Amino acid sequence: MLHENYLKVLYIDLSAQKVRVARREDLYPYLGGAGAATVLLSETIDYRKGVFDPGQPIVFAIGPLSTIFPAVTKAVAMFRSPLTGNLGESHAGGRIALALRYAGYDALVITGRAAQPTYLYLDSNEVRFKPAQTLWGLGAEETGRLLRDIEPGRGHRSIMRIGPAGENLVRYANVNIETYRHFGRLGLGAALGAKKLKGIYISGDADVAIQNFPEYNKVYAQVYKRVTETSLMEKYHDLGTPENVLPLNALGALPTRNFQQGQFEAAEAISGEAFAQYDLMRKLSCSGCPIGCIHIALLRHQFGKGYEFESSFVSYDYELIYALGSFLGIGDRAGILHLIHRLDDQGLDAIATGITLGWATEAMQKGLIASGELGAKLAFGEVEGYLRAIDVIATGSSELARALAEGAQTAAGRYGGREFAAFLGGNAAAGYHTGYANILGQMVGARHSHLDNAGYAIDQKAGELSDEEIVQGLIREEEERCVLTSLCVCLFARKVYDRPTSRAALKSIGIAVTDGDLDRLGQDIYRRKVWIKKRCGFDYSSLRAPGRLLETPSMRGALTAERLDGLVRLFNRELEKSEVPGGAA
Amino acid sequence: MPKILQAPGMAKCIGCYSCMLACARYNYRSYSPKHSAMQVKTQGGIQGRFVADICRACVDAPCVRACPADALVQRRGGGALLVKGKCIGCEQCVPACPVRVVYWDGVQRTPIVCRHCGLCVVYCPHGCLEMAVTS
Repeated sequence: MLHENYLKVLYIDLSAQKVRVARREDLYPYLGGAGAATVLLSETIDYRKGVFDPGQPIVFAIGPLSTIFPAVTKAVAMFRSPLTGNLGESHAGGRIALALRYAGYDALVITGRAAQPTYLYLDSNEVRFKPAQTLWGLGAEETGRLLRDIEPGRGHRSIMRIGPAGENLVRYANVNIETYRHFGRLGLGAALGAKKLKGIYISGDADVAIQNFPEYNKVYAQVYKRVTETSLMEKYHDLGTPENVLPLNALGALPTRNFQQGQFEAAEAISGEAFAQYDLMRKLSCSGCPIGCIHIALLRHQFGKGYEFESSFVSYDYELIYALGSFLGIGDRAGILHLIHRLDDQGLDAIATGITLGWATEAMQKGLIASGELGAKLAFGEVEGYLRAIDVIATGSSELARALAEGAQTAAGRYGGREFAAFLGGNAAAGYHTGYANILGQMVGARHSHLDNAGYAIDQKAGELSDEEIVQGLIREEEERCVLTSLCVCLFARKVYDRPTSRAALKSIGIAVTDGDLDRLGQDIYRRKVWIKKRCGFDYSSLRAPGRLLETPSMRGALTAERLDGLVRLFNRELEKSEVPGGAA
Repeated sequence: MPKILQAPGMAKCIGCYSCMLACARYNYRSYSPKHSAMQVKTQGGIQGRFVADICRACVDAPCVRACPADALVQRRGGGALLVKGKCIGCEQCVPACPVRVVYWDGVQRTPIVCRHCGLCVVYCPHGCLEMAVTS
């Protein structure tokens, strides 16, 4: 809590419909966010039981700077991942951090399973368990609208909800938040679905007084200036993350047609520049961030003869253009926007869906799976088949549909074609075919995201990289990002929040830390995450990349399994040097 | 003539809340954007447009007329200024505002009224707000 020496945690038991508040002084040194959530998860996770067991926890946490400093807008979710079976971690912006802060909680820990579909209402005075039978089965968009109408709310509101994919336990179902943001990765939507929890409505209606106005105001103004008047975050506002399409394509690092190529001949047509010129309608921000990186496109669709049009507003980003564009051979922007819109409403992670559909397309070409069984004919570049397949994954009941709902890696285990299922460490690969650091980074990262340790950035450094440089670079970067995500700084603002800035911001609200403290914190959190993953059964020593990702030349040329194996061994030796302090909780 | 706050560019608004945070911070020493005298909100959810509820700077302000303790006084250029020591906490100014932008500070038991200080304009990154002289 601001200006208190504890974190205020709300424990919610859906089975008993009971809540409990704890003021945790012991969590204070973890600051909040990923640090606090890691500890809270390790206390409540049941290593012996399955991912959908009612006892498994879902943790949400914000940080000490959340929404009171520019671009500190993220909330961290931690859970046992339905996709990987181990540590699930996902971050989202929107208004959730603002709403949670002024509802008066630093973290939520949700356990149990509701007897009937339920949604939670939460503000500074009450928690209510509300029936959601009427909402069950509805898409994310309509669910959000109804909750907005049903609950007027007194404060700034955040509305989390799942779509049909989460209800049906698709292993990579997401959680939609404020329509355009998501807890996207590792299947938080299925974790909510297993608890019969359709949504969480948070109203931030309380107030917190500033204690040291001169200091806080001074630092706020300095940070605001760094965010808005320097080039540190310019790209995120300008073209946004889709700015990456053309440079990555030029480098041969834009995965195309299920990783068969590193370049897409239609890259120009689906570039950030083309989206901005022809489709961009407006930009939006998360509450408390003056950047406005959320790019919204107008999707105009003719549904009848003459001049019959419908329109939708769709948010787009680089990873979506990659996973649903180049990866599926789709070179028209409207097609990509259609796919985003459809999977958003069904409540699916875009990257895992695109990668699974890419595998399925090739598997169908090779005769491993049949279009009749899927109920959709898949071919690279053909939007209609993919639209149908998205619905099948979210709601279908056939054996093939349920296999695809577990992700390409699992489906390939059943039908064949593992070598072209683009999963790394159990999660769908992000859109950077830059080299060894990217592949190793995603395999060993705590959440198997390119954002864990930015291997793609290490690959893009000049000159040859030694194995030692790659492994050390990945570990150091992940430790540093454990600090940033405990502060809940948006990673787009990582250059703004260098150490002096972070320390000054913390000091202005009465938290004195040294760089040494933050170094140790990053190392501690990282080791704790590794420890949780191992206890869940994750084996760092047997990691392999699918053959396709090695054969298709990357930005740094073709890769060999031998060198990657060597990197995995070196990484494991480094990991063994520093096990978690005290064996964790 | 002193200037007043106007919001002619709300179609450009990205919903960052920097304006509200500035007002709450400077004028009320609060972190919370709820504690701001101007409120940005969505119409029809995040897919709708952003609108700003701002003091319209009445020249003969109903909130001033409604105050029985002379705690709200007519501001030159339009709007009202609060004389905190005189406020008795009766809340009559809140319903008196025709556009519902006199808010209530439940802790201090005083109204939150726009001073037309222009700090929200300074902190708007998209040029949605401006200070203007009206006739």
